[in-house]
Amino acid sequence: MSPASLHDQATLERHGLTPEEYARIVTSLGREPNLTELGIFSVMWSEHCSYKSSRVHLRTLPTSGRRVLQGPGENAGAVDVGEGLAAVFKIESHNHPSFIEPYQGAATGVGGIIRDIFTMGARPIALMNSLRFGSIDDPRVRRNMEGVVSGIAGYGNSMGIPTVGGEVAFEGCYTGNPLVNVFCLGIAKIDDIVKGVASGTGNPVYYVGAATGRDGIHGATMASAEFDGRSAEKRPAVQVGDPFMEKLLLEACLEVMKSDALIGIQDMGAAGLTCSTSEMGSRGGAGIDVDVSRVPQRETGMTPYEIMLSESQERMLLVVKRGREHEVEEIFRKWDLHAAHVGDVTDDGKLRIRNRGEIVAEIPNGALTDEAPVYERPTREPEYLKDVQTLSLTGRPALVEADAFFALLKAPVIASKRWVFRQYDHMVRTNTLVLPGMGAGVVRIKGTNRALAMSVDGNGRYSYLDPYRGAMLAVAEAARNVACAGAEPIGGTNCLNFGNPERPEIMWQFARAVQGIRDACLGLDIPITGGNVSLYNETDGRAIYPTPVIGVVGLIENAGNVLSRAFRAAGEAIVLLGETRNELGGSEYLKVAEGIERGTPPELDLKAERALQQLLVGSARERAIHSAHDCAEGGLAITLAECAFGTGGIGFDVDIAPVSGAPEGWSLAAALYSESASRAVVTVSRDGLSALLARARAAGVPAREIGTTGGGRLRVTVGGRPVIDAAVNEAEAMWETALEKYFKQRAA
Amino acid sequence: MKFAVVVFPGSNCDHDAYHAAKDVLGQDAEFVWHKDAELRGADVVILPGGFSHGDYLRTGAIARFSPVMNAVRAFAAAGGPVLGICNGFQILLEAGMLPGAMLRNRELKFRCEHVHIRVEQIDTPFTFACRPQQVLRIPIAHGEGNYFITPDDLHRLETNRQVIFRYTDAAGSPADEANPNGSLGSIAGICNEGRNVLGLMPHPERACEAVLGSTDGLVIFESVVAALAAGALSPAGSAQG
Repeated sequence: MSPASLHDQATLERHGLTPEEYARIVTSLGREPNLTELGIFSVMWSEHCSYKSSRVHLRTLPTSGRRVLQGPGENAGAVDVGEGLAAVFKIESHNHPSFIEPYQGAATGVGGIIRDIFTMGARPIALMNSLRFGSIDDPRVRRNMEGVVSGIAGYGNSMGIPTVGGEVAFEGCYTGNPLVNVFCLGIAKIDDIVKGVASGTGNPVYYVGAATGRDGIHGATMASAEFDGRSAEKRPAVQVGDPFMEKLLLEACLEVMKSDALIGIQDMGAAGLTCSTSEMGSRGGAGIDVDVSRVPQRETGMTPYEIMLSESQERMLLVVKRGREHEVEEIFRKWDLHAAHVGDVTDDGKLRIRNRGEIVAEIPNGALTDEAPVYERPTREPEYLKDVQTLSLTGRPALVEADAFFALLKAPVIASKRWVFRQYDHMVRTNTLVLPGMGAGVVRIKGTNRALAMSVDGNGRYSYLDPYRGAMLAVAEAARNVACAGAEPIGGTNCLNFGNPERPEIMWQFARAVQGIRDACLGLDIPITGGNVSLYNETDGRAIYPTPVIGVVGLIENAGNVLSRAFRAAGEAIVLLGETRNELGGSEYLKVAEGIERGTPPELDLKAERALQQLLVGSARERAIHSAHDCAEGGLAITLAECAFGTGGIGFDVDIAPVSGAPEGWSLAAALYSESASRAVVTVSRDGLSALLARARAAGVPAREIGTTGGGRLRVTVGGRPVIDAAVNEAEAMWETALEKYFKQRAA
Repeated sequence: MKFAVVVFPGSNCDHDAYHAAKDVLGQDAEFVWHKDAELRGADVVILPGGFSHGDYLRTGAIARFSPVMNAVRAFAAAGGPVLGICNGFQILLEAGMLPGAMLRNRELKFRCEHVHIRVEQIDTPFTFACRPQQVLRIPIAHGEGNYFITPDDLHRLETNRQVIFRYTDAAGSPADEANPNGSLGSIAGICNEGRNVLGLMPHPERACEAVLGSTDGLVIFESVVAALAAGALSPAGSAQG
């Protein structure tokens, strides 16, 4: 069967290559590859590096717009934020390593995304993350979570980049496959943006940073396979991070970039030296000739195969203008870094690897990158969908009394994430205008009046119940969060976490989710400038919920107009924007109070969503509203409570209308906990109320005054009937300490 | 007035201290690289926060050997005001310019949040403009801020009135719950016997602008400007002759 005579079937399998792919390699080369070349192809053609299963779908996403400076295909995307500046950002996953070795897996994920940003010539100014774990009741899950959070903190804090927000969710399906998605944003002068390109025959290629070891060999291949009972044996494929080295690299590289002696630069992330050399060559239409014996090594006896495939962290590859070597070397020397001249740019488009001068691999760059296989994998609608989408709530009344409200406040998904974000330095660089947990993350841009808001959002349960709508809702929620801060959404990045794409049901989920992202981004005018796909998130054949996570960046032209979710004063009018419908399907309420994970996620009308977001941004700009918070998990009741938390005890007195169309006994529950999209709670001074209502009417956004801030209590009546009445400080303490209690319990 | 902000490899609050001195206070400020041997006519020296040398070995343990530290020692010996913030405090401890040592926070976790500290003494250049017992709301961000000293040395520290800041609640009471890291005696900051070298774990440079949530840190920088202007301490330059 196999066309291979040099390599047996077991070798090909170990490299994750199918017989068809091997045949393709032989065709590209015109001969059989040697073992080093086989290794190089295996990592470049892995799912992680080649996007071979996802590429046909990702091509359909909107990636251009008037502010887009750099779309997908570079180390990160970039959008114009005015005054000659660009916001450079991307989200990336480090799921598989974070299960195997939580601290280092998460830490190196942060290190990788930071390198992607400063590689573009941008100074990283903010980090965020989106984390998903199994049930927090499971001690193994808590141990994993502690490791992940400490790893993120350990790396980000050392780097001096604030972690300004994010999300943490819990769901049984993530027990064996936690999701660790990390987002980084940097600021660059538009004219100073640098690309990962090699050009100019004879220009020297430099290697800078940590020495190469045997860690992480085949990390990209690991991330392209499912887990089974023996996954712990894969620990050597997880790398160890050194944030101090990265901090030196960051400062030194930014200094080199200022000198104009640089042609291009790329970090060595997944697939290490192999990926950086072949991608830089391919982008510049050039070849690269590298001698691995000149690569700094920290272990003895490493083979060219190992050097090329190592994923040791904190390494960069630079192409420098010939004649300017001295300047560049001098800057690295200042930072006590050694820049090694490992090779040169050639004009033949080939990746040529030597060992002490002798050629050990020679592959056209194009074969590794542009000509990597692309699969249009079969899709099939999963059978579970029809069943889980049916939700019958008739025949018994809902639990609507205060008990359900308190149960929700303490639910790990809703409870304060203080235990998590307190471990992150979220204030370093003195730009953070909205602290974590108070809304979207907002950082000012020093030297301007401007600020950037950012949010990362996803809802695995929604996407499980309907991948298309779940993905749309993720885009809408991230954009709405940014709009609630007063920022106009200007760009997005996506992290797509799914199971094994070779199963048609998973591929169907993936295809539908990408369609959802596309439609929502088109409807809300948010170009996607890059991102990452993480497939094979399965353990023993059980996949995670399909989980698209979306990061949206928004621009605030006057940082003085930034809003947080917190009520600003007592005696202000509380206005609900948008409409509450009978939409409990997939809600946190159903899960927490009723133990049900069924139904269809809320409807999303993109026109209504757009109108709401524009109303929020416009009202913030004119200071017509004083706080804004979107309605998400836990519905209106939880949204209101969150608006009262962190205010020093400003309460509220609110009356909301029962929801029509709900089954008998459920109209109160729907009014309080329905997760209808396109809603926000805003506050406005009594004097400004009628103008705000008129503005909403003109924008076509339903708006209703529902109550007043103040009184020190959380008071909600539904249609005049009292339902919730609690002291703010008591409810707040419950909400604020619920998560950390799980960890203290263990310590006791 | 000129502030020197020393940059060690791994410093990451250097820009923040510089920004507070230059952009918020409107004073002169300059970065000084750790390999430099001179402070170039600075009136005030700040050792900023961060992770100098990655906190490897022990926090501040490697930074104390940097060439610039000889200049900092001489500057302090001549009476010049030196402020160590967070990692800068840790470096001053390792350099023997302040007594005591740091342990990991008692909960063994990094902690970043606003805390309250009470100003214990106002006869230092960095608390010169404070009110006695003034309570300041300032952020912390550290994993090793659990101050430790032997009982005898603690006694000496207290007798000499070298404890300058203590963690308290908002009302100024040093309750154990208000101590974020387990520091002995709720100590947040101390000075040397000469009172011109001060180290503290909280970050006053992060609390200098209303948009960042607090302006309580400003008084620490304003103090040193006022103290120098009032001739309340002899600037290093003039002392050196």
